[in-house]
Amino acid sequence: MSMIQYQPYQTEDGRTIGNTLMEMKNITLRFGGVVAIKDISLDIREGEIRAIIGPNGAGKSSMLNVISGFYHPQDGEVWYKGEPRPQMRPYQVARLGIARTFQNIALFEGMSVLDNIMTGRLNHMSASILDQMIWWGKAEREEVANRERAEEIIDFLEIQAIRKTPVGRLPYGLKKRVELARALVAEPSLLLLDEPMAGMNVEEKEDMSRFILDVNDEFGTTIALIEHDMGVVMDLSDRVVVMDYGKKIGDGTPDEVRNNQEVIDAYLGVAHD
Amino acid sequence: MPDQFIFAMEVTLNGLMTGVMYALVALGFVLIYKASGIFNYSQGVLALFAAMTLVGIQEGRVPFSHLINAIFGTEVHHMPWNSVPGFLAILLTVVVMIALAWAIQRFVFSHLVGQEPIILFMATIGLAYFLEGTADLMWGSEIRTLDVGLPQGINTAIDETTYGWFGYGFFIDNLDIVATLVAAVLVAALVAFAQYTKQGRAMRAVADDHQAALSVGVSLNFVWILVWSLAGIVALVAGIMWGSKSGVQFSLSLIALKALPVLMLGGFTSIPGAIVGGLIIGVGEALFEFLVGPMIGGATQNWFAYVLALLFLVFRPQGLFGEKIIERV
Repeated sequence: MSMIQYQPYQTEDGRTIGNTLMEMKNITLRFGGVVAIKDISLDIREGEIRAIIGPNGAGKSSMLNVISGFYHPQDGEVWYKGEPRPQMRPYQVARLGIARTFQNIALFEGMSVLDNIMTGRLNHMSASILDQMIWWGKAEREEVANRERAEEIIDFLEIQAIRKTPVGRLPYGLKKRVELARALVAEPSLLLLDEPMAGMNVEEKEDMSRFILDVNDEFGTTIALIEHDMGVVMDLSDRVVVMDYGKKIGDGTPDEVRNNQEVIDAYLGVAHD
Repeated sequence: MPDQFIFAMEVTLNGLMTGVMYALVALGFVLIYKASGIFNYSQGVLALFAAMTLVGIQEGRVPFSHLINAIFGTEVHHMPWNSVPGFLAILLTVVVMIALAWAIQRFVFSHLVGQEPIILFMATIGLAYFLEGTADLMWGSEIRTLDVGLPQGINTAIDETTYGWFGYGFFIDNLDIVATLVAAVLVAALVAFAQYTKQGRAMRAVADDHQAALSVGVSLNFVWILVWSLAGIVALVAGIMWGSKSGVQFSLSLIALKALPVLMLGGFTSIPGAIVGGLIIGVGEALFEFLVGPMIGGATQNWFAYVLALLFLVFRPQGLFGEKIIERV
């Protein structure tokens, strides 16, 4: 079913897909009696855009939350960069270089766009507290470098015009983009996007798709994303995992998945027995 | 110049200085409220606890000596050394306050994550009584004088200068001047900390959105311990100032009540608000007592601040600097 290749290879558009970056092995996640994820394994390779799709309630978000440390599975192992990852809190996962966005947007509403994006650089600050308070030496150099990086991302995502605007005042589509900017500015090795296109109109969806492709292309960032809109995902992703009722029902290239009977059934709503 | 006007100037100046002392206490409330949404009823007791610990360490007394003696039948009261220098005692007290912050987070608030604000508020009431009892048990309940070497008494320079100008010397207490300077430095340091340092920014991030803070690698637990430590240190500063002024005793914890109207005026979430609110209340109650007091029998300081706060609650509930509460329907 899956087409796991353990050698780096070139995609049609000339990007290099490398070794396995993250591997979920036989993950099972239960909430009381409800099984959200049932014995699922999947891998994410360096440089690829990996999608997890499925109908509502399929367990996609749970899977993303397991990767980012918000949920802890009862069974199974999470491997990252070739090593098993011990159980970690979300902030520890973030410090490992795994950045994420949220389906319902989690931004600092009281801060400006720029300040929001700068929080993504918190873990790139290592000068002493005193130096930072009086803006001196290493602290100043770090701050300048962080600011440069932030401006670079702001240019990249075309949000120069709103850099000083308080986030609380922005429309939904722009908030999504600011959240992406904050995740991106941390220079993550793995970027997790939770329904990046949920609630957007067609034009905003097209913009977001373009940014996701550009991020992957320009920075070589590995991206794992969740969507329930199948059409968008198929154009974006290198490989797709399909989930339904907590189980994996398909895994492969968009073409392979599209022709998978179980996937077609899940989406067209064939009765489960 | 009419005498009344000169007196009013002196009253205003003294009111400003008292206002700084109020602001010091209010600052501790604002810090915790901003970063964790907890209205910390125990802030005043925290100041009492800090002041008692400072005096105890300085006098070289053995903590929990009554308890130890009662259980083991011993007679320990005093450490082998005589007394500890003020500066060292303050440092040790800071260490105690940080340890206390850790314990508060570890044993109380880490179990209450995600609870309603009213529950967290009730927890701080419990904490206040617990700390009060602990402070009593640790250091005894006698009234003590606190002297860490701060200058006290009338400032003769100001007295002589103003006498030269108006033919009337102003009475300004040296301790009030020191308190003002210390408060200014403290606020500047707190602002620089919150704006520019990694830890300060993490603090603001947590105050704004927990989930977003987690996703950029901020440990909530660390930030909350940090916030309680800062509140403890601000409480220590307030405790030193008030303790030097009027002795270290139980009533010190009641200064928290004076901080409430300051917060109503300044807004619960604003550091500048706490300062301006403190100054307005300090000056307002001093001038009111001076101008209106004699007509209605005096002692207006006891209620003026609360009446002012009540008016603010009616006409501007978010305070002067607080965030406006907008309910979307």
